[in-house]
Amino acid sequence: MAIRERLSGNEATAVAMKQINPGVVAAFPITPSTEVPQYFSSFVADGVVDTEFVAVESEHSAMSACIGAQAAGVRAMTATSANGLALMWELLYIASGSRLPIVMACINRALSGPINIHNDHSDSMGARDSGWIQIYSETNQEAYDNMLMAHRIAEHKDVLLPVMVCQDGFITSHAIENIELVEDDKVKAFVGEYNPEFYLLNKENPIAVGPLDLQAHYFEHQRQQAEAMKNAKKVILEVSDEFEKMTGRKYGLFEEYNTKDADVCVVVLNSTAGTAKYVVDQLNEQGKKVGIIKPRVYRPFPVDEIVDALAKFKAIAIMDKTDSFNAAGGPLFSDITSAMYAKGVFGPKVINFTYGLGGRDVKAEDVEAVCNEVLKVAETEKVESVYNYIGVRE
Amino acid sequence: MAYNFKEAVKKPERLAGGHRMCAGCGAPIVARQVLRALKPEDHAVIGGATGCMEVSTFLYPYTSWKDSFIHNAFENVGATVSGAEAAYKVLKKQGKMEYDTKFIAFGGDGGTYDIGLQSLSGAMERGHDMVYVCYDNGAYMNTGIQRSSGTPKYADTTTSPAGKVVPGKQQWRKDLTEVVANHFIPYVAQTAPMGNMKDLYEKAEKAIYTPGPAFMNVLAACPRGWRYDTPDLMEITKLAVDSCYWPLYEVINGREYNITYMPKNKIPVADFLKAQGRFKHVFKKGNEYMIEEIQKEVDSRWENLLKLAGQA
Repeated sequence: MAIRERLSGNEATAVAMKQINPGVVAAFPITPSTEVPQYFSSFVADGVVDTEFVAVESEHSAMSACIGAQAAGVRAMTATSANGLALMWELLYIASGSRLPIVMACINRALSGPINIHNDHSDSMGARDSGWIQIYSETNQEAYDNMLMAHRIAEHKDVLLPVMVCQDGFITSHAIENIELVEDDKVKAFVGEYNPEFYLLNKENPIAVGPLDLQAHYFEHQRQQAEAMKNAKKVILEVSDEFEKMTGRKYGLFEEYNTKDADVCVVVLNSTAGTAKYVVDQLNEQGKKVGIIKPRVYRPFPVDEIVDALAKFKAIAIMDKTDSFNAAGGPLFSDITSAMYAKGVFGPKVINFTYGLGGRDVKAEDVEAVCNEVLKVAETEKVESVYNYIGVRE
Repeated sequence: MAYNFKEAVKKPERLAGGHRMCAGCGAPIVARQVLRALKPEDHAVIGGATGCMEVSTFLYPYTSWKDSFIHNAFENVGATVSGAEAAYKVLKKQGKMEYDTKFIAFGGDGGTYDIGLQSLSGAMERGHDMVYVCYDNGAYMNTGIQRSSGTPKYADTTTSPAGKVVPGKQQWRKDLTEVVANHFIPYVAQTAPMGNMKDLYEKAEKAIYTPGPAFMNVLAACPRGWRYDTPDLMEITKLAVDSCYWPLYEVINGREYNITYMPKNKIPVADFLKAQGRFKHVFKKGNEYMIEEIQKEVDSRWENLLKLAGQA
């Protein structure tokens, strides 16, 4: 029987890590992810996990130690937010380029400056091209479930890439929700033993990791990495299917909500999708035909599937909880519009809303305003403004 | 067991020849000697900070390292190796490791004194069972001889050039050996590849087989940066040691200081400086004060060490 619990997003993440029982966790405190290593170190102190907890002196060293540990031959995990992720930047690329299936909980928080401890997606969105698989989570349940699936995806022989499981700082990380946990033995069986083919601690077959790789081979290695990211899509779906068989909870590349009869669609990540579902339910009752698409897998970007899902709409509003400061829209907007163009889908009108930066409260009225604007675009077939902000004093 | 040069050199070579380090460079000699101190049956996981030695010994698809080797980035070999050591500990605990593995990190002075200092300090403080070996050539040689905090005062480097107004580096060298000794870790040593390598070998053996963290600061002369003829490597290393510019000593638990080599005749530091092109300008007329200053500083640091060792 599944276990019914009430946990915060951070605690749910830590519980998933406990059930996974990785070889090494190396982490450094940063709000709002701090609780993850805090909870986890209590599991270590109480002897309920085998893990070596390495209380490093920075996030740079956290990722460096994860790379050393994973290359040595064990599962390595960490958790971080915002500036911590930024400090890891250099190593994010080394982890993925060295094809090390490290798993990280990214508790999304606004990047400095100015310093701000609250939620937006500027941290993980900045790392979107670092070669990490990125999976976003609306609720504590999703953050937990995604974490249980992460190793299966990362370690698949056709993938071998690190995975970042993202959730909204404070909004889900610190809010307690009802959650259904999977039993320890089922998690153990699902995640499986880690048996890397090549690892540093193998005396019989010593290896070297992280070479100087110049003009003759670097490009081929990058090409292989690109292929691995393409392969990840299929593997994510397979693992998600298997997870559904175990738990009954279905996960895909993205979630469609009330899109069946909708004329327009709002695309939104993480916890704001929850607010949007509430708004859309009400608007649907009023006869307004609006639905939601909530991307779960952002890297690899599911070009074909998301374009297929979006092609039928008259208008689409894409919400970005980060600003790319490029005068050309946020990352989700850029990726979706680029995908649509590449697939020859020119029908829907597309607008972008930047919202909620630095933890600015995202109210139902804000989402409703976005819905009304995209409904207006559909009705008038005119886009007055492509790049928009919501919930900010102008 | 007492050091036996003939026996030591018979041990299997763990750093294969054919790498691309310069002739007359001290660094690969340091690496070979340190690895020679391993028991032949022990496997090693070796980390390398970005630098001359890493890029010259591990150029895809070749490696000179017969043990397992990992290069991560410039500033994080301390943390990287501490992660590998943590992995070993957990596998040992789970009964999945059948043999003993030793953990050794190599970094140059740039990757150790400067950009990697935090990572080194963290690894030492956390108590990982590893040895960090700094091969100190006194500048960023890999990127083209830029000054580091290990560069001696007045040295001519490409970012502290001996110009018309500013005569080379203006600051004294950081004493990293003391910085690490003050972490109160089980074993810290300062050594150099000299003579029959006894000092270096014995310290490496102690560092590797003392449980817990150990640090070795090893002088590794650089013919390009120091500007000497490549065959002079061994001679120049000896001048550094005999002038007490680079004393050989060890510190046990941060408290017990042992000077392991007492020069019979402490030679003037000018003899060491004279052998190097990077100090050419200090011998120009009117620059005598520079040599005097350097001598004074070397004497003062040596006296301080004698006091710490109870030999003053």
